Amino acid sequence: MAQFNKSDIGALLAKQGILIAFAVFMIGFTLANPRFIELDNVSGVIRSSAILGVMALGVTFVVIGGNLDLSVGSMMSFSTIVVLDLHDKLGPGLAIVAMFALTLALGAFIGFLVGYLKLNSLIVTLGMLSAIHGLTLTWSGGKNMDIADKSGTWFAFFGQARVMGVPVPILIFALLAVLLSLLLAKTPFGRKVYAVGGNGQAATFSGIPRARVVFMTYLLSAFCVATAGLLQASRSMGSQNTVGQGMELEVLAAVILGGASLLGGSGTVVKTVIGVLILGFIQSGLLLVGLDFYVQYIVTWIIIILAVWLDVAAKRGRLWSPIA
Amino acid sequence: MTEQTPVLRLEGIVKTFPGVRALDDVSFSVMPGEVHALMGENGAGKSTLMKVLGGIHAPDSGQIFIGEEPVVMTSPMQAKASGVVFIHQELSLADELSVAENIFLGELPLKGFGRVDWKKLHADTDAILKTLNVGFDSTKRVGDLSIANQQMVEIGRALTVNPRAVIFDEPTASLTDAEKVVLFDVIADLQSRGVGIVYISHRMEEIFRITDRISVLRDGQYRGTLTTAETDEEEVTQLMIGRKLDLSRNESHHEMGDVALEVRGLSCGALYQDVNFSVRRGEVLGFYGLVGAGRTEIAETIFGLRTPSAGQILLDSQEVHISSPIDALRHGISLVPENRKSQGLVLGMNCRDNMTLPQVDDLTAGPFVSDGAEIAIFDQYRDKLDIRTPGWRQIVGNLSGGNQQKIVIGKWLSMRPEVLIVDEPTRGIDVGSKSEIHNLIRDLAAQGYAVIVISSEMPEVLHVSDRIVAMYSGRVMREFTSEEVTEDNLIQAISGIAAEKVA
Repeated sequence: MAQFNKSDIGALLAKQGILIAFAVFMIGFTLANPRFIELDNVSGVIRSSAILGVMALGVTFVVIGGNLDLSVGSMMSFSTIVVLDLHDKLGPGLAIVAMFALTLALGAFIGFLVGYLKLNSLIVTLGMLSAIHGLTLTWSGGKNMDIADKSGTWFAFFGQARVMGVPVPILIFALLAVLLSLLLAKTPFGRKVYAVGGNGQAATFSGIPRARVVFMTYLLSAFCVATAGLLQASRSMGSQNTVGQGMELEVLAAVILGGASLLGGSGTVVKTVIGVLILGFIQSGLLLVGLDFYVQYIVTWIIIILAVWLDVAAKRGRLWSPIA
Repeated sequence: MTEQTPVLRLEGIVKTFPGVRALDDVSFSVMPGEVHALMGENGAGKSTLMKVLGGIHAPDSGQIFIGEEPVVMTSPMQAKASGVVFIHQELSLADELSVAENIFLGELPLKGFGRVDWKKLHADTDAILKTLNVGFDSTKRVGDLSIANQQMVEIGRALTVNPRAVIFDEPTASLTDAEKVVLFDVIADLQSRGVGIVYISHRMEEIFRITDRISVLRDGQYRGTLTTAETDEEEVTQLMIGRKLDLSRNESHHEMGDVALEVRGLSCGALYQDVNFSVRRGEVLGFYGLVGAGRTEIAETIFGLRTPSAGQILLDSQEVHISSPIDALRHGISLVPENRKSQGLVLGMNCRDNMTLPQVDDLTAGPFVSDGAEIAIFDQYRDKLDIRTPGWRQIVGNLSGGNQQKIVIGKWLSMRPEVLIVDEPTRGIDVGSKSEIHNLIRDLAAQGYAVIVISSEMPEVLHVSDRIVAMYSGRVMREFTSEEVTEDNLIQAISGIAAEKVA
């Protein structure tokens, strides 16, 4: 007879801990406030998660490739401010193109430093977090950026319109998720990202251009950030310089929550999407049960720690082990 | 040792992992003062058994006895407290700390206010070092010691408790012959104090030199225990692999084709100088020499991982410039690297993806990797190389060493190279898989591949090569045909003794 002992429970928690914790959260929130699982709230959560989600898709590639990207929050502020500023100077079309070009240039710069010069990604992107913030403030002169004629432009389409009843940010998130999921899981490029993150030296010995692959993951991440910046700018039509501040951690939390290992080589786009949704529902639940918005910051930290712990635990098959 | 109680006894140990019965009713015991060899191919269950003993894995059933007392091992600390200590192949020392701090790591003697009692620490350490008869003292920084002496520190760590049983896991892997003698002395000393020794090694010579009994595992099952004095290598090998092993000289002869690769005056800084050789299609060219003689560096240069400082590389008599592995692959050169775990495989990836990695760009249907094309290649080379895996989805890290090596060979063979370079083809692989890989290398040559084999094992070089290049300190000392080579002249060449004669 199968005995249910302590180590079984440990192993189960280690493997499926995130989903179990999520289920407990959902049930708890629903009991506390039944509005939590109404369609309204659910679609609201998904919509408000879309911007974070789009950024997390790109960071998924970076993390699987064995690196970190802590610059995405401040890069998103940059994209938002730039596109809002240029909107009134160049018109919406050119503004969007210019903003994508500038954001991709930032991504290429990071990719060059981490990929080709082989600098530590934590240091590089932590530095870029600060540098890009400075760049944004310099661009705006520290002022909030607003579109002057909010009703006379089609720019609002990305953040506010609906297509067949579905909010456009959700559509863009979903579309990107599908495309990037195919890119990661089905193409030679995706395979190389896993190889480079899983064992860079073996990848080199297999004739894979490691530097170029790392470079591309940062370019991809910048592309996602630019898209997120577009959604953000279009939704609010005006913004502070700090709109993306702190999002790098939430993005990282979502990616790890989805099960990507910080050591690189594992994770999937679908899992990241699940991570994003879990984070979104938990944050919405906290508000609905009447907790302060600020509690989110603490909870996000707790979730990161929990996710990292379970990631380690899943590898060794139990929650705690005397050897590393 | 008839009526004595074993110091350590494992009884009916069963351990299953998802899909694998890693240990199937294994029993095993060590008498006081006995050196007991534990042998088996990679994947036979030796490591798992030791992990059960060390409290890292909990057995599904079965019991462990220390003396007459049943114990449940829950952690390595507890195993040590009950007198079972491990000397691992990979040392786990803190380089920056002193010998004394390493030996008493985690249990430094204290005096008031949590201060370390340095005097006692060094006195205790020196007492232990004295029993080990080593030539360094307790204040020495561990990072400054040789590997052999670091191993002594590791053994010293085991002696801080009064050990009942000491398990040595491949302890001689990185030791010179002289250093081995010192180690064997220490083992003999432990033996004389009534400690039971479990000795895990693939090296027959050592096994027959120092052990009293030999127990063999195969496929997770206990296959029997032999008394060392009453058996021989052949019997042990047969028990391990279930059949006989062929390790004779290479005597097969087949047609050889044109010269596929030629190297002229190749030099790479201080690593090696003025190297000349050529290899024909259908030929196996062996490279023999000590570690550091420059063999691997030559291979890495041909594969585009190093830039030569002088000389030419010619393929089919045409000079080529190879500046990256991508170039090398384009020119039909494949390299099975020296270290399969760090250079050959992405351990977390499945078998198929590892095998097709270098050519994944060419296996596409539209923008996507073609599942069918990949599986076809995997199946073809799994059958050809007899790779034993439950399926292509199996994560490579879960395979045995021999099967992992076959995946790496399959990976490079499936590139259909003109020249295949194999660096240390059987390092860390059990005897059974070893001979399979040797046969495979011979077969490849017979099929017309030009093969270069780099090896530190003389029987291996003698067994597979048609010609042998002997290297010493970055230079080619001599080239032998398989008819003229003898163990003696080969050893002379690689130790520089014949240097004057040739030069």
